[in-house]
Amino acid sequence: MSETGIGAAVRRKEDQRFLTGNGNYTDDINVFGQTYAAFVRSPHAHAKINGINTSAAAAADGVVAVLTGEELAADGVGPLICGWNIAGKNGVEAHNSPVHHALAMGKVNYVGDHVALVVAETQGQADSAAEMVEVDYEELPAVVGTGSALNHTTTIHEEAPANMCYDWEIGDSAATDAAFASAAHVTTVEVVNNRLIPNAMEPRACLAQYNQGTGDWTLHVTSQNPHVHRLVMSAFNGVAPEHKLRVIAPDVGGGFGSKIFIYAEEVVCTWATRKVGRPIKWTAKRSESFLSDAHGRDHVSKAELALDADGKFLALRVNTKANLGAYLSTFASAVPTYMYATLLAGTYTTPAIYCDVQGVFTNTAPVDAYRGAGRPEATYLLERTVETAAREMNIDPAEIRRRNFIQPDAFPYQTPVVHQYDIGDYGASLEKACEMADVGGFAARRSDSESRGKRRGLGYSSYIEACGIAPSAAVGALGGGVGLWESADIRFNATGSVTVMTGTHNHGQGHETAFAQVVSDKLGVPIENIEVVEGDTDKGPFGMGTYGSRSIAVGGSAIVKAADKIIEKGKKIAAHCLEAAEDDIEYDGGNFTVAGTDKVMNIAEIAFTAYVPHNYPEGVEPGLHEQAFYDPLNFSFPAGVHICEVEVDPTTGETEIVNYTAVDDFGTIINPMIVEGQVHGGIGQGVGQAMLEGANYDDNGQLVTGSYMDYTMPRADNLPNFNVGTTSTPSPLNPLGVKGAGEAGAIASPPAVINAITDACGGAMIDMPATQEKVWLACQAAE
Amino acid sequence: MYGFDYHRPGSVADATSALGGADDGKYLAGGQTLLATMKQRLAAPSDLVDLGGIADLKGISVSGGTVTIGATTTHAEVAASADVQGAIPSLAALAGDIGDRQVRNAGTIGGSLANNDPAADYPAAILALGATVTTNKREIAADDFIKGLFETALEEDEIITSVSFPAPTSGAYMKFKQPASRFALVGVYVAKTADGVRVAVTGATSHAHRGPRLEAALNENFSASAVDGVEIPVDHMNVDIHAGAEYRANLVKVMAKRAVEACG
Ligand SMILES: Cc1cc2nc3c(=O)[nH]c(=O)nc-3n(C[C@H](O)[C@H](O)[C@H](O)COP(=O)(O)OP(=O)(O)OC[C@H]3O[C@@H](n4cnc5c(N)ncnc54)[C@H](O)[C@@H]3O)c2cc1C
Repeated sequence: MSETGIGAAVRRKEDQRFLTGNGNYTDDINVFGQTYAAFVRSPHAHAKINGINTSAAAAADGVVAVLTGEELAADGVGPLICGWNIAGKNGVEAHNSPVHHALAMGKVNYVGDHVALVVAETQGQADSAAEMVEVDYEELPAVVGTGSALNHTTTIHEEAPANMCYDWEIGDSAATDAAFASAAHVTTVEVVNNRLIPNAMEPRACLAQYNQGTGDWTLHVTSQNPHVHRLVMSAFNGVAPEHKLRVIAPDVGGGFGSKIFIYAEEVVCTWATRKVGRPIKWTAKRSESFLSDAHGRDHVSKAELALDADGKFLALRVNTKANLGAYLSTFASAVPTYMYATLLAGTYTTPAIYCDVQGVFTNTAPVDAYRGAGRPEATYLLERTVETAAREMNIDPAEIRRRNFIQPDAFPYQTPVVHQYDIGDYGASLEKACEMADVGGFAARRSDSESRGKRRGLGYSSYIEACGIAPSAAVGALGGGVGLWESADIRFNATGSVTVMTGTHNHGQGHETAFAQVVSDKLGVPIENIEVVEGDTDKGPFGMGTYGSRSIAVGGSAIVKAADKIIEKGKKIAAHCLEAAEDDIEYDGGNFTVAGTDKVMNIAEIAFTAYVPHNYPEGVEPGLHEQAFYDPLNFSFPAGVHICEVEVDPTTGETEIVNYTAVDDFGTIINPMIVEGQVHGGIGQGVGQAMLEGANYDDNGQLVTGSYMDYTMPRADNLPNFNVGTTSTPSPLNPLGVKGAGEAGAIASPPAVINAITDACGGAMIDMPATQEKVWLACQAAE
Repeated sequence: MYGFDYHRPGSVADATSALGGADDGKYLAGGQTLLATMKQRLAAPSDLVDLGGIADLKGISVSGGTVTIGATTTHAEVAASADVQGAIPSLAALAGDIGDRQVRNAGTIGGSLANNDPAADYPAAILALGATVTTNKREIAADDFIKGLFETALEEDEIITSVSFPAPTSGAYMKFKQPASRFALVGVYVAKTADGVRVAVTGATSHAHRGPRLEAALNENFSASAVDGVEIPVDHMNVDIHAGAEYRANLVKVMAKRAVEACG
């Protein structure tokens, strides 16, 4: 292993600029003639709009334009779309998909819904004028609860009777019922997966510009996938032709899924910039982020697990109600279906599984993918159920998992719910985690806690996720509207330095470093001579972006393919220059050698020769610049075991995580330091979900947790030092053997934390977030 | 934020006249409450009269067992003051646990008391320590100062100039933090003073208040176990997404016990 190649803990190249305040985020970019946008937003969860009077606002100081949905529609701008069609039960071919206007047309459906755009010379003027837009609302009753939305007396959308988006199922219902009939024990668990607000450090923003001379648009936007933004905005919203729209996602300060989606703000600003003839900047205020970023999770589920007398799982039956919010966001429909229920086998051999999911509309912000997207919901439900079954049957929670793990010799393993797992060794992760967590010493630690009037608990989570999203044909077959391949472009410069472009996007993951390590490793170029460029549709090749822990597994594989093409061409050039047959050229670490001789050319010399081709093989094109597109063969399946240990003060419910152990199998690891950082951040978010975070709407659909005064983000002092380890079964299905590491922490940790807390508090269910009050009540009940 | 006129007077007299001349003026101290509400467009004063330029309102002094803190003294200054740490260590600790570093470097004792947030810390301190609030017009005993939810005895143009705290024999403030804002979900200040044990509770109800039942029990037997027998009424407790009435009442007891134990 070289010091900068695959497996090295190289310091992140991008941190220099971030830590010295030299990042370049969308709001940092200012252009000549720029104006500022303010969106008039609905103060009501559900209301008819009888009229909008913009005249006072239009006459206010500094106002350039006040625009409404009527004008947007008159210009032919299409509604916002959802890119994944979910076919339902009983042959229903398509989900109910209500029209989602980028600016309201006659009705608003959640607090924060977009009603009008005000463009002004300063932000203050725009904000003041926005208050002067008079909207005549006629309030309607609000539908809020996930569990009660179906058959509510109020219907939000005509297109969705009973507030149902879809009624979907997966698995074998008859086989599942049959297995239940013969079960020795059935465990039933009702779980709520709490609604989360993403809270990326950088709020969403855009800067839209139109060039009258060339007829080109440039949109800077906080996006995890600029090409997808461009595609959707041209093909569906029709704001600009694809070849005339340049989308740039510069430095982006965190996304966690919330910046995948194509939101009203960027569509409206891109349309409006041409209309008003001025560049338009919009940056969300934090309170707008709370109201209008797509939220995450929000499930209410019932799970039943059938077991035989030895604790072997026979079947799993699940019903889930998934809150999709007021409209379908860009990928919303897929998250509680194919991203969720296909993971319900977990790491276990459960032979029969059936799950049905009702996706419901409510008068709340749209809900879509958030770090883990569907897989945390599956893991939480399954691992809460398994832990509960172990308690009910008096089997050690580690032991019940051992008895049910898919064994290492069983791969490839076809689950009853679509996925075929490629490889894994779940027992290895469990044993390593038990050792690192000193599970053997737990009983003594518990009695020590009890002697101090405290309670102590231990909780396990054995998770699996489907990453490396995703084989395009499989996605298409399941209703997805896009291909999920990735692209790479490796461009040698004549001086031997390299520019690498890929269609993924770096917003905290360290791509500039990890991808450079892959290229350095494959092509023998020093890492400081490699520049990774992402996020500009005018620079790099078409790519699908970053989410679903896909970047290294799919984008990294595309880079390897392009590097292989470089090596192939380099061999031709070397053979000519070294006067040898191409077959005799051996390549290793940047050097092309004639086998069995000391005749050698370095890749930098090859590059120079390619650009100054005076002595050059006939029929070979000049230049050293290769491109590759890679469509994955399958998903990748990171898995592992996390163990959480908590100490609880029963007099107050104060809960301290005293030990947290994570053992993850990510296959090949490119940069262990970056991966460990991803694990830490993921666990932080998972602990946030488990103990602190929870979006709360009141009965009128007002967001109670609309600021940091009430929405509890995890902070450093809520988290322990993490005890992080790995095991490795490299994926046989991609050239690097990688699996992806971005979401694991957020997927694995919530059930580990809740299993530990419930273990400490007598075993009864505690819903997330396990606030101090809930823990106190559980302790009271247990005493 | 809406536009406003800004004044920076050099004396208390100039400050009151600046406010008198304004349409709808407000005094500005650390801005940690006022500016946030203005940014959210929830407050729109026509004028801000900044008290930060008035030398008389700053500083800490100790004399005859009484600590006097100028109104514009920041939380950070109180926390770091050797005088406060020496005379009333529990007060220095309280100041050092308000908000975060940025808030403590800007927020002031005068602003905190004038604002009288139901979950603020200083209101508990003045009640438990039997402090006196001095204004440009008069001296107000702590028990008369706190009136209700965000309500004090202050008149429109009245300026807090300083707050005087008689040092107790011992004292301790225990704060159970609301997890998001980290204001007090419940805070209990227990002090052994010349007039006996004083207990003040913040966060639990609409405003900070004395705890007469706790005081009675502790005057009889100053021990954590004495708190066990006290019934904390739940009917006036705040109820919100962070805590119900029963839980808050329980926290009052637990924090009181912890404070008694910390008093030694
Ligand atoms: C993130 C955050 C966390 C916080 N956490 C806590 C906490 O844990 N505990 C806590 O107690 N507080 C907390 N606070 C509030 C903080 O303590 C403020 O300092 C306090 O509320 C107001 O003081 P200020 O000096 O900033 O006053 P300002 O915001 O400037 O003024 C507040 C009000 O008081 C008036 N006023 C100011 N000075 C005087 C005076 N001398 N005479 C008369 N009227 C005056 C002003 O006109 C205004 O109405 C927090 C604040 C923030 C932003």
